[in-house]
Amino acid sequence: MPANAFNGFNDFGIGLGLRVPHYGHILEQKPVVDWFEIISETFMVDGGRPLEVLDEILEQYRVVQHGVSLYFGSADKPDRHQLRRLKALCKRTQTPWLSDHLCWGSVDGTYSHDLLPMPYTFSAAKRTAEKIRQVRDYLEVPICVENVSSYAAFHQSEMTEWEFLSEVVERADCGILLDVNNIYVSSKNHDFDPYVYLNEVPHHRVGQMHIAGHTKFEKYLLDTHDHPVLDPVWKLYAHATKLCGVTATLLEWDDKIPSFDEVHHEALKANEFIDGAKEAQTTSARA
Amino acid sequence: MMHAVTRPLGPGQRSQRRWDDGRAAKEVVGTFSKDNERLSGLERIEIYNRMYWFRTLDSLYEDLPGLRAVLGERKFMRLIETYLVKQPSRSFTLRDLPSRLGKFIRSHRSLTAPHTALAADMTSFEWAQIECFDGASRPPMTPADLTKTPPGRLRMNLQPQLRLLVLRYPVDDYAIALKRNAMRADASNAVESAKASNRSTPRVRRPKAKRTYLAVHRHEGTIYFKNLELASYRMLTALRDGKTLPQAVAAAGPRVKPAQVQAWFANWMQLGWFCPR
Repeated sequence: MPANAFNGFNDFGIGLGLRVPHYGHILEQKPVVDWFEIISETFMVDGGRPLEVLDEILEQYRVVQHGVSLYFGSADKPDRHQLRRLKALCKRTQTPWLSDHLCWGSVDGTYSHDLLPMPYTFSAAKRTAEKIRQVRDYLEVPICVENVSSYAAFHQSEMTEWEFLSEVVERADCGILLDVNNIYVSSKNHDFDPYVYLNEVPHHRVGQMHIAGHTKFEKYLLDTHDHPVLDPVWKLYAHATKLCGVTATLLEWDDKIPSFDEVHHEALKANEFIDGAKEAQTTSARA
Repeated sequence: MMHAVTRPLGPGQRSQRRWDDGRAAKEVVGTFSKDNERLSGLERIEIYNRMYWFRTLDSLYEDLPGLRAVLGERKFMRLIETYLVKQPSRSFTLRDLPSRLGKFIRSHRSLTAPHTALAADMTSFEWAQIECFDGASRPPMTPADLTKTPPGRLRMNLQPQLRLLVLRYPVDDYAIALKRNAMRADASNAVESAKASNRSTPRVRRPKAKRTYLAVHRHEGTIYFKNLELASYRMLTALRDGKTLPQAVAAAGPRVKPAQVQAWFANWMQLGWFCPR
């Protein structure tokens, strides 16, 4: 839903990922952008240029933190040193909500630096939800978990991915960062219907959406974030917006990054689908 | 699964076909990873296995251009692959990946011989730049701060982002020469790209050993290197370690003249290297 407990009751529009090649343009030109998403880990440092840039951005723009290393699905306990740094950053940015991925990536303090898929079991859902609660209680900020794109599946799994996502967020009472591109990529890699996925997740928990480009290989799709958004993903996004309402949306473009204007133009295409969703909502309300 | 994701790649940058105990990797990975119509369980995990290595190697490759130049591409790649196998990442951030490499080089000398000392120095130097880039900085000490405490009891901190290094090689000069060389190559490629594509950039000679005392520091967002004399290095480390100003001056040695100390001190104050304790 547009503004809910999972995004701090904020009704943000179309955002962009804050990336190094665009720093100069943003600081000099100050383009009109609804909000920026930052990768938390880039700014979990003690000083220097990263924090100077961030402070300048914070003077002009709303910023939401997105992380890649909390690993809610890892059996490891949350790293206190990491959480202390993350909390300090949350205080600095006043992020209205914080997102990270529904995945694992570390074992006994050794890190893969990847977003690894989980076996969809009830015990994993329970443990993951408990970790999300612990992190949220410590950080004192609403949390949205993001569905990852995946390339592997496990014999152990007891349910579908969307059932697992629903189980985790209901147990943790947290939000969802619905990555529409990831649903599409995984649907092709695991042969499921992405519309069933969208229909089945708890829509009232969706606090944010991601859209991005991906790359097609001979036998699988890879989530590369180095292209414009492809048509089937826009169609899924339109459907997701109808189901969840107009929700804070962010375009991810992390590799082969073109000019700021090109990325911004691509992100703003989402407005076409948002307008469609708004019309549909008005029509159904009248009926 | 972690082992399947992080074990070294085999020929053709594919997952190794044999597991550590000699069994077929397909059989081992197949116990947890499912096949689909297009890919086996092993091939599906291979996607992660390849991404792990590309990501971590790329990160070190980008962070350590000087070490690459010291060792050459092949030896460098062999070193960092072995390093990642023996000492995989223990930090949530890729930034910290090179943090233990200097020590690793000194304890695995055969990987860098005959350039072990130079390789270790360059790694310390490049890691110091990473730490300096995003290290904390505090409000610098002002002349007014200095007057608050009698000189005999005056203690001060160095800026947390400042790094002091003792090296056997002048790796700062070498790094600057490498950068200039790369810039020249870029310029010549831009002018005559067709010809340049067949011509490799001339190598920068590795430096000869020369004891070097270096400060790596940040000023207005830019990293600088400053050569120190032994005496000034001793004075700074004494201050860093909590000695009083007179004790630090004494640590510099008896031959240092007061005018010299005064000049160093004025320069360091100007650079904002000191902060109140």
